[in-house]
Amino acid sequence: MNSKTVNYFEASARTRITCLVDTDSFAEICPPHFRHTSPHLARLNAPVAFDDGVIVGRATVAGHSVLIASQEGKFNGGAVGEVHGAKLRGLMERALDERPVAVLLLVDSGGVRLHEANAGLIAISELMRAVLRTQAAGIPVFALIGGSCGAFGGMGIVSRLCAEVVISEQGRLGLSGPEVIETVKGVEEFDSRDRALVWRITGGKLRRAQGEATHLVDEDVHSFRSKTAQLLGAYAEEKLKPAGLAGLTEIQRQLAERTESYAEARDGRIIFQVSGFTDLEAVALMPIDAFNRQLGEAL
Amino acid sequence: MEQFVMIFTSTGRLTTSPTPRVCGVVSSGNLEVLVESGDAENSCRIDVSTPAEGFRDIWKAVLNDFVERQPVGGLHVTINDAGATPAVVSLRLDQAIDAFRSERP
Amino acid sequence: MNKPSINTPIWDRERSNCKNRRERGAALANGREVAADDIIRLLETIIEPGDRVCIEGNNQKQADFLAKSLVKTDPALVRDLHLVQSVLALPEHVDLIEQGQVSLIDFSFSGQQAGRLATLVEQGRIKIGAIHTYLELFGRYFVDLTPKVALIAAQMADREGNLYTGPNTEDTPAIVEATAFKNGIVIAQVNEVVDKLPRVDIPADWVDFFVKAPTPHYIEPLFTRDPAQITEIQILMAMIAIKGLYAEYGITSLNHGIGFDTAAIELLLPTYAAELGLKGKICTHWALNPHPTLIPAIEAGFVQSVHSFGSEVGMENYIAARPDIFFVGQDGSMRSNRAFSQAAGHYACDLFIGSTLQIDMGGNSSTATKGRISGFGGAPNMGSDARGRRHASPAWLRAGREGRGSNSMPRGQKLVAQIVETSREHMQPAFVERLDAWDLAESAGMELPPVMIYGEDLTHIITEEGIAHLVRCQNPEEREQAIRGVAGYTQAGLARDKRMVENLRDRGIVQYPQDLGIDKRMATRDLLAARSIRDLVRASGGLYNPPNHFRNW
Repeated sequence: MNSKTVNYFEASARTRITCLVDTDSFAEICPPHFRHTSPHLARLNAPVAFDDGVIVGRATVAGHSVLIASQEGKFNGGAVGEVHGAKLRGLMERALDERPVAVLLLVDSGGVRLHEANAGLIAISELMRAVLRTQAAGIPVFALIGGSCGAFGGMGIVSRLCAEVVISEQGRLGLSGPEVIETVKGVEEFDSRDRALVWRITGGKLRRAQGEATHLVDEDVHSFRSKTAQLLGAYAEEKLKPAGLAGLTEIQRQLAERTESYAEARDGRIIFQVSGFTDLEAVALMPIDAFNRQLGEAL
Repeated sequence: MEQFVMIFTSTGRLTTSPTPRVCGVVSSGNLEVLVESGDAENSCRIDVSTPAEGFRDIWKAVLNDFVERQPVGGLHVTINDAGATPAVVSLRLDQAIDAFRSERP
Repeated sequence: MNKPSINTPIWDRERSNCKNRRERGAALANGREVAADDIIRLLETIIEPGDRVCIEGNNQKQADFLAKSLVKTDPALVRDLHLVQSVLALPEHVDLIEQGQVSLIDFSFSGQQAGRLATLVEQGRIKIGAIHTYLELFGRYFVDLTPKVALIAAQMADREGNLYTGPNTEDTPAIVEATAFKNGIVIAQVNEVVDKLPRVDIPADWVDFFVKAPTPHYIEPLFTRDPAQITEIQILMAMIAIKGLYAEYGITSLNHGIGFDTAAIELLLPTYAAELGLKGKICTHWALNPHPTLIPAIEAGFVQSVHSFGSEVGMENYIAARPDIFFVGQDGSMRSNRAFSQAAGHYACDLFIGSTLQIDMGGNSSTATKGRISGFGGAPNMGSDARGRRHASPAWLRAGREGRGSNSMPRGQKLVAQIVETSREHMQPAFVERLDAWDLAESAGMELPPVMIYGEDLTHIITEEGIAHLVRCQNPEEREQAIRGVAGYTQAGLARDKRMVENLRDRGIVQYPQDLGIDKRMATRDLLAARSIRDLVRASGGLYNPPNHFRNW
């Protein structure tokens, strides 16, 4: 498989791993034939998956050791159930023992799996804590976002806890999904069928311009791989480090400031405007490298 | 969900004992196929779990053709179906076997 | 000697009646222009009980403001209407029936209202005159179903009442021509009133009144198929179609139905078909809506000409920039025309290929299901042999030789193909012993089961199993086995006579992928010239501007 032609958005969770890591370096933990399937789905008479929608294991990327998890957005929207969540949390705990250069979370999830609500909610909160603990121990966690489900609900929060958020233009990051907002607040508040709006509010380019995502990459798996490899190099050489308490406090302060300065903003357009984009209509079709250049100049 | 096991005689064999392989995704109109070593040399055991109830004869025909087409003696195949068509089932089964082959040293 | 009769024949009763209506309406208008607030009164003033009314509604453009206004008219004044329109698309069309203002309908297609319509028919609250094909209904506009009042939609009017219908001209010329020249009243809703139109599509003296609608008329992006949803199975079927049918017969002029199956064929032209050396040899001339999925083939130089029934939302700029391919006015925007494109599809195309829900063992196919009266649209016009055709082409002649034998009078035949996966999700079969259309006909009291394409017109079936060249069969038994031979694991397929199917394979009547030299493993999404809507935008050089709900950026 040639990672240059494999589209990250389209690829399955397994293909993403195969294309992202060094050839033959991936060793799966709790592989499908262990059959750790969801007891809750089975009880509800719903189809189960052998890996419960998440693949976890260890691998190398450009020679750097990583632990890696990849959510399958096509299985129940990548939603986190009890087994799925336990695999993710277990991976974080393993990182404390194995001390890889980083943990990679290939996020593709709408959040908690409704079928197993309480178990899923607990799993997500455990995962948040585990991510913070892992990073506190000096091991960065990267969220890679570019699947059809984006990173929403609890997985949106988990992603924002990560030291690096690498996103593609198709990737979306948020808390409540557009459909949820529309259902609760009405179509006047958010028209989830207006997908240009959805992407202007939650999409990769906006999240990069806001700084919610640390890097914006092209939609092929190769672009995700090279950005990941570059970041791993920087962390391995300790040019970069996950933020400590002081760093997190500073980020918290900046966020509070941002909330105030954008209190009246009703649309992502204003963010692009502030970021220095003059032709707002052209932003959507702008190639990624041109977008990044523009942002670099503006920042 | 309907669950059943079908056992087919198959003398064709893949040469070495393979690492388990999974192919496909459990999403609407699709399925996943897990292939691993089975217990009996000259037979192939296939476990099916499907939400489409009452189509066992069609499954049997699809799986029969698969067993005739591929060297599956000694294999254990498990299917988690989410409403796939026979064409998609056949395709995934063949892909799973192909994935196996590519694993040979 | 007899006295001259006092009953001198009167030849302009209808004209006088029309003149009266026009004068009554004029009181509410400023010239031809009517204010939006006055439109309900205008309709009540002009329409008389028992009138034949056409509310322009086809499968894309809708005179939605006029439809909504008609629903608000006083049922005591506006009643006993006879609706004659190609598509019963809007909820308002059915609301009118529910309010008891309509007593009879003649139409072609009902789309989303199919379920409600079936219920009203079963309750005896509405009578259906007939369900037509488009051309058939347009034909009857000029014979016995001429509208008395036509409520149409245009993009712009000038102060005089000239209309610009633009890319989505669609049914408007047929409706207006029939109405305006046979003592009828034409009322247009427009999005804008301007001083100067880009071009005149409908002259003012065919139009009685126009009104600026508060919101632009709705246009459904009906023909946009997101390549992201095309499956490997559809790609395999597209490969079989290209190699086993298009290349085999050298098909240059054709029409594609709506759907992912034919979209897959369009997206394989610049890749798979080009690799087979078919550029310039197939698919050069089309009767087709401007499918976004055709963009890569156009850009690759496959396509020489496309005439369209209607336009497609977002394709306007692309079409305007490709006037050598599409039919474009001097103003730069496309002109579509459903009636002409249907005629083109029927008489001037060698192939029709479309998808269906069910095919029986006689090759009859139908999209009808019980509890839904969905109608036909245009597929039967294009999916039937044009027996009036007299011009020859290699593909048409070859099909004729195969179908009629070489001993009879030399004559061609239209290639009519259905492309369908043998089963839908959850094992629902596409091949059946008996069409659901029979049950629907019984429950709705129809004289004919609603068959989309009759078996006698069908020359080919393509499934993921292979292709059945029905046109090459010698007798009904062979036809049946050829159909069963590509029906896969459906009950109908499993009931095939294996020996007979093998014999048909030996004779090239049934061909499986391996018989055509097609490697099934090649059927991956990598073969698609575009794998997303974004790819289509890129292929168009940024000219295609997809509707917002198809975007993911």
